[in-house]
Amino acid sequence: MTSKGFGASSKLLNAKIILNGGQNVTFVRADGYFTFHNVPAGTHLIEVAALGYFFSPVRVDISARFPGKIQAALTENRKALHELILEPLREEQYYEIREPFSIMSFLKSPMGLMMGFMLLVIFVMPKLVENMDPEEIRRAQEEMRTNFLPRSS
Amino acid sequence: MAIRACLGLMILLVFSSTISTALFEDQVGLADWHQKYIGKVKHAIFHTQKTGRKRVVVSTEENVVASLDLRTGDIFWRHVLGKIDRIDQVDITLGKYVVTLSSGGSILRAWNLPDGQMIWESILQVSAPSKSLLHVPANMNVGKDNLILVFGGSSIHALSSTDGQIVWRKELSTNSLEIQQVFQPHDSDIIYALGFIGSSEFVAYYVNYKTGEVLQQSKASFKSGFCGEASLASDDVVVALDASRTYLVSISFRNGVINFQQIYIRDLIPEFSGKATLLPSKYNGILAVDIASSIVLLRVKGVNELEIIEKINYPSAISDALPLSKEQQAFAILQHDESRIHFKVKFDTDLTNEVLKETIQMDGQRGNIEKVFINNYMRTDRTHGFRVLVVMEDHSLLLVQQGEIVWSREDGLASIVDSTTSELPVEKEGVSVAEVEHSLFEWLKGHFLKLKGTLMLASPDEVAAIQAIRLKSFEKNKMTRDHNGFRKLIIVLTRAGKVLALHTGDGRVVWSVLLPVLRKSETCGNPFALNVYQWQVPHHHAMHENPSVLVVGRCGHNFDAPGIFSIVDAYNGKVHNSLVLEHSVRHIMPLPLTDSTEQNLHIVIDDNLHAHLYPKTSDSVKIFLDEMPNIYWYSVEVGKNIIKGYSLEIKGELDMAENVFQPKELWSIVFPSESETIALTATRKMNEIVHTQAKIVADQDVMYKYISTNILFVATVAPKASGEIGSATPEEAWLYAYLIDTVSGRILHRVSHQGAQGPIHAVVSENWVVYHYFNLRAHRHEMSVIEIYDQSREDNKDVWKLVLGKHNLTAPISSYSKPEVTVKSQSYFFTHSVKSLAVTVTAKGITSKQLLIGTIGDQVLALDKRFLDPRRSVNPTQSEKEEGIIPLTDSLPIVPQSYVTHALQVEGLRGIVTTPAKLESTTLVFSYGVDLFFTRIAPSRTYDSLTEDFSYALLLLTIVALVAALLVTWALSEKKELREKWR
Repeated sequence: MTSKGFGASSKLLNAKIILNGGQNVTFVRADGYFTFHNVPAGTHLIEVAALGYFFSPVRVDISARFPGKIQAALTENRKALHELILEPLREEQYYEIREPFSIMSFLKSPMGLMMGFMLLVIFVMPKLVENMDPEEIRRAQEEMRTNFLPRSS
Repeated sequence: MAIRACLGLMILLVFSSTISTALFEDQVGLADWHQKYIGKVKHAIFHTQKTGRKRVVVSTEENVVASLDLRTGDIFWRHVLGKIDRIDQVDITLGKYVVTLSSGGSILRAWNLPDGQMIWESILQVSAPSKSLLHVPANMNVGKDNLILVFGGSSIHALSSTDGQIVWRKELSTNSLEIQQVFQPHDSDIIYALGFIGSSEFVAYYVNYKTGEVLQQSKASFKSGFCGEASLASDDVVVALDASRTYLVSISFRNGVINFQQIYIRDLIPEFSGKATLLPSKYNGILAVDIASSIVLLRVKGVNELEIIEKINYPSAISDALPLSKEQQAFAILQHDESRIHFKVKFDTDLTNEVLKETIQMDGQRGNIEKVFINNYMRTDRTHGFRVLVVMEDHSLLLVQQGEIVWSREDGLASIVDSTTSELPVEKEGVSVAEVEHSLFEWLKGHFLKLKGTLMLASPDEVAAIQAIRLKSFEKNKMTRDHNGFRKLIIVLTRAGKVLALHTGDGRVVWSVLLPVLRKSETCGNPFALNVYQWQVPHHHAMHENPSVLVVGRCGHNFDAPGIFSIVDAYNGKVHNSLVLEHSVRHIMPLPLTDSTEQNLHIVIDDNLHAHLYPKTSDSVKIFLDEMPNIYWYSVEVGKNIIKGYSLEIKGELDMAENVFQPKELWSIVFPSESETIALTATRKMNEIVHTQAKIVADQDVMYKYISTNILFVATVAPKASGEIGSATPEEAWLYAYLIDTVSGRILHRVSHQGAQGPIHAVVSENWVVYHYFNLRAHRHEMSVIEIYDQSREDNKDVWKLVLGKHNLTAPISSYSKPEVTVKSQSYFFTHSVKSLAVTVTAKGITSKQLLIGTIGDQVLALDKRFLDPRRSVNPTQSEKEEGIIPLTDSLPIVPQSYVTHALQVEGLRGIVTTPAKLESTTLVFSYGVDLFFTRIAPSRTYDSLTEDFSYALLLLTIVALVAALLVTWALSEKKELREKWR
């Protein structure tokens, strides 16, 4: 029995179609079709290996009772296929994208956090001091002055 | 409470960031390298007639069809066919399609020559896979629909070369016909097909090329029979060998009348003895016979007249004939002369003189020449120049032209059998840092450029400069040991019996040696490379000695064939010692023992289950005898469905010279063969280091891992479902997974998976096993994890017991004590079929683990072990979340960024090997198949060192900015103070 199908895009130059985990391997023709020959009746698994794309494996049932009757379904999401057309579920991006330089990413980096904390100490701490009780501040200042004066004189 | 939530959040943040260890595109090639190979070339077709790119199309024993650049040897394109899809023949048709015949003559495919796109594919109905021949008519005019003829089984198929449609098909004979020779006289529509029916009947067919009509058919039988080899000598004479391979039979078949004529080879060549082989060649009136000691060229003068032209002493090789014009053909003879090779080209019209005679210097580690393919080109003075493509004994491929090796490909690396790693020599004193880093200024400049790169301020030129600096980094390719343990030698053994050392920095071959004991010889006709082990790893005592590896082979494919040992220096490839053993090699057990010179002790189990100890010194015997009561081993007999455990004993007096020990059977497990067959066994890596036995789980609870080096994982499947997917229904398929202790033979755990079948892949590490199989019910692949915990240590959690000294932490662990174990397991769906499964290993075993999954698409996926944690649940509690447990999903996620092979493929992936680096966070990963790929990965990121792209310049800039700010604020405060004072 022969099962035919075709991949959606003919630009998949190096796409391999694999039957039952490596039992048979075939390639995609220029027009996107592929063929497996001499496949017995039963339930089979077709996988597509194409770099840059994620394909769901396909479950293919070939009926023994009704020759030529074939059912196919994606195993990932159990979607039934009316025609054996294999389409990638998504494109795969193998690399992390380098984000352009931004203030936010710099601030999130350990060094940015360090600087942020220092700025916080420099500018916010005095404000905290200002919010203290004026009486207390004056006392503190006086104390400081008494400590300072003898040295300056 | 708030602090705790905060902590939890931070842990979560840290963990979520460790999931991806992905690569930026500009980091490709920094820590990894990828090499593409094709394997040992079987056929080669040149494509050099037209202007433009000159190529050679090859097919190989790794089932690869590839188009190579004739100038450089680079691969233009390449396709790896399925495992059972062996390529029988390859040719070029219409000047633009490559045609391959594969699978015993049943699949014919055409590929576009420039880009390798498949154009068409035809399946031929062949009664039984047999020797098949592809005939592409040479004298074709482009534009005319040309037919490709395929002779296979007992039929001829004619296919249109433009679309692969079968134009006609002819059944020649119903019984075992084997077509040996096909030829088409010039400008004729008649095809001659000559062959044998059975072993004694010769048959000649004249077939119309256009219609397939058999014009004439003649048969005759020869009483002493044929051996099945035949060579076409002229248009009406074919020469065959008789069944005993001592007589040449010349067969004339002019006008359908067949005449036999026997010629005793010894009458022609007096020194002949043994058996002769006909070399497949198509010369006008010339025959090449291989008589073991030399190649003899014979001229066929008439039906019963043969004449010796030349005797070429072995080792030598001869090419096919290359037609230059209608009446002239050229062929090449290559002959070894120690390290040189004499390359001669002759015309068949003038056999006494050479057209071309060159001498080439050849690397001694390539062995003999196995195959030669000749091609010609036009010199500027309109004479013929010749080049040859040479396949050597070590499977390498060379192009020889004008007395030089233009390029060479180390294609033996496409068939790696086993691999190990070795440390590099320690760096000598006196090499200062300045020499390494040129100068401080250069170093700063480099970092400044990098900073510009990270800030995205660099111009394209500068980006290129940064990339160049990173890639040619002198540091990673040095031939000395480094601080982090990234630089090592990967020592690989190839099927050809060659050992090569690859540098982990850039993958270059540091040394290579074709082992003399693994080459064909009179004592060992069919040597077979098996494994490579570490033989001597000097640490403390024998520091002046180089490390060495042990290469193990076997004389022939049977288990009872004598074994071969060879010890090779890991630094320079010198063979220290090699020997053919008196006994066979069935298993090898490297023991965790070393003798006084730090040679590792190995036990070799032979076919009679006797154990032999190596190295054979009295010192090693002494060390071994102390440990012998603790040594247990097991054997798995797949065919008989039995696993047996043994210890060793000495029967009678120990012969110190022989060191042979007898097996003592301790236990056996017999699987019922009507319901189970052993599909796979797996054990832990011997050298794996486990950091801690305790596992802290949520709420400061502790679980104790059951860690034993003697755990054997066995998977059995239903006999009916032992084939491929699609051969069994869910009702008749099941899979049993066992965990067996190999010392006591106790089955620690057994689990069944109904409706599951193989192929099974498994990996065992620490206290867990992960296995991959196919679930027929869901029709998806599944991965299961089993974790095994020691229950007897549970009581140790009581602090009071610890204080009072009533704990059993110091109690010895023995396999004989009945373990109280608990087992947790879980299963998940996994999208892809799997070719290979491995796990990362690190120096101290602290770093979390990743599974390395070699997928059917020849990529290697890194999957965090935390996804395969049996404690995952749909709604993990807050404390479980803090521990890093991922909510349960039914399938394992495939994140494209976690492919360690990123946008590359390791074609024909067969194995993944992991080695720890010295840096705890990092694992070195080497995966091999037809291609090689090496990288280093950090499963939890490199937490113990600054990464490559750490920006020193940014750090410097920050410090400068801080100092500046300090000065400014100091000045400001001074000013303010002054003002205060004036007040």
